[in-house]
Amino acid sequence: MHQTSSIPKVSTGIDGLDEVTGGGFPKGRPILICGSAGCGKTLFGIQFLVKGILENDEPGVFVSFEESAADLTNNVASLGFDLDRLIAEEKLRIDHIPIERSEIEETGEYDLEGLFIRLNYAIDAIGAKRVVLDTLESLFAGMQNEGLLRAEIRRLFRWLKEKGVTAVITGERGDKTLTRQGLEEYVSDCVILLDFRVVDQIATRRLRIVKYRGSTHGTNEYPFLIDEHGISVIPITSLKLDYKSPSEVISTGLPPLDALFKKGGYYEGGSTLITGTAGTAKTILAGYFALGSCLRNEPVLLFSFEEAPDQTIRNMLTIGIDLRPYIESKLLLIHASRPTLHGLEMHLLVVNKLLTEFRPRAVIVDPISSLVSVGSPLEVKAMLVRLIDTLKIHKINALFTCLMSRTGSATDDGTIEAVSSLADNWLYLQNELIDGKRKRSLLIVKSRGMEHYNDSVSFTISPAGISFAASSTLTSSNTANGR
Amino acid sequence: MEDEQRWELRLYVAGQTPKSILALKNITRYCEENLEGRYSIEVIDLLKTPQLAAGDQIVAIPTLIRKVPVPIRKIIGDLSDEEKVLVGLNIRPLPSKNKP
Repeated sequence: MHQTSSIPKVSTGIDGLDEVTGGGFPKGRPILICGSAGCGKTLFGIQFLVKGILENDEPGVFVSFEESAADLTNNVASLGFDLDRLIAEEKLRIDHIPIERSEIEETGEYDLEGLFIRLNYAIDAIGAKRVVLDTLESLFAGMQNEGLLRAEIRRLFRWLKEKGVTAVITGERGDKTLTRQGLEEYVSDCVILLDFRVVDQIATRRLRIVKYRGSTHGTNEYPFLIDEHGISVIPITSLKLDYKSPSEVISTGLPPLDALFKKGGYYEGGSTLITGTAGTAKTILAGYFALGSCLRNEPVLLFSFEEAPDQTIRNMLTIGIDLRPYIESKLLLIHASRPTLHGLEMHLLVVNKLLTEFRPRAVIVDPISSLVSVGSPLEVKAMLVRLIDTLKIHKINALFTCLMSRTGSATDDGTIEAVSSLADNWLYLQNELIDGKRKRSLLIVKSRGMEHYNDSVSFTISPAGISFAASSTLTSSNTANGR
Repeated sequence: MEDEQRWELRLYVAGQTPKSILALKNITRYCEENLEGRYSIEVIDLLKTPQLAAGDQIVAIPTLIRKVPVPIRKIIGDLSDEEKVLVGLNIRPLPSKNKP
């Protein structure tokens, strides 16, 4: 994205943050990370150092005013960060400086030269390029002379710059200020705010770049995730509409359905929306789509918000779709979770992470309507727009199912409206009782850039799968031109 | 026994700064007046031995540490307030040589 590197930058070590900051942190300058307790500041600092060592060969010093070296080491071990090894290799130093007011008497003038000397000694001992001070504000709890402390902290930041180390300083969020002690006044180069919110019992972590002198940066709030690999940020709102439109066509996975499209299927890299009330075979069509992708030997990622993987597989078996071999060959990955397990942003992050790790060629979300329960319609819409954009950029074949209420119109909550306008293809499924007989039908509402069957097509479901009424093939008399 | 109690103090400085010189002058005077013959003051210059800063958790300079008698006491600053220093180190001011 942004390529304005007037100032030299170093990688942040946080997945996705380099993109948001246009290349990373300002090299050799202090960076302030602020946020309330438990928002991930300490982990942010550790990851900055560990990745700096492992990926950029930049040794680092961690000055901890709170947690001991042993505690820090234990806390991040589960993330695969082996601090003991890095310390043994002399790539990392942890200096624990506990500050407790009760232990210290003050009389007369003093300065923080002891801290400077310790820091200098630690930096020089391993040739550190990165420093973390976590959290510097603890000094205020331990010493009374606030004016003196402020002057010393100002001097410390100047000193760090002269030393040429890239320093991450953490600070506790204040009531009206970014940090309790107003550290943001002293750090003018780069300030990042971490936020941890719980809305409707769903926790969401967000990151915002408050200030970044001399650099363009994303101004949005970016969701970030702390999982077994550490912190990752996904720059999802920075997408642009510059993806190419492929002209290759892929099968829908169901040959009779292919026949309803002039070119025999969906455009590659397109997105398809399948709407219908309960029991109209949306998931079955999604199953065919997954099968079609597997038959092309292309990995498929299926997000199931309503069924467990075993249940999906069993249900598909009853209509002759056997997905088991593809699960075994790891061509199909079913990721099942309750929508309410995470906030919307977290769902999106999980998707993004799996996109990177699993590299699917097709993604199915069944159903997207479940997500409405996790956020307001506006948020859901924004999330789906980002999701569709992300998939488009990766040229991934996408399929979303969406449950409509039996009474409501297709546009009753705005979600379907939003997605349908973004989707390239829209199939509408119905399941009606006519004279005591069940009548299933499928209508291609739209298929962008492709001629398609114009009328509703009736179909039946049997153990052999879906079969269409014999007459329904594409003829020139009943087609509609896609835009 | 009380009178034989020895006082081991340690003063951390960083070079010959006015604050450090003043602190050493102050503590020497208080000791001479109150602990004559029963004290020792070790001056550690962190500019020369920076690795020693971590041991006593030195952040501020100057810092005075009372190593003996235990428990360890820590006073930061130029030690210009005599009463505060004596209270901080738990030294009972003389001249009364009588036992309490």
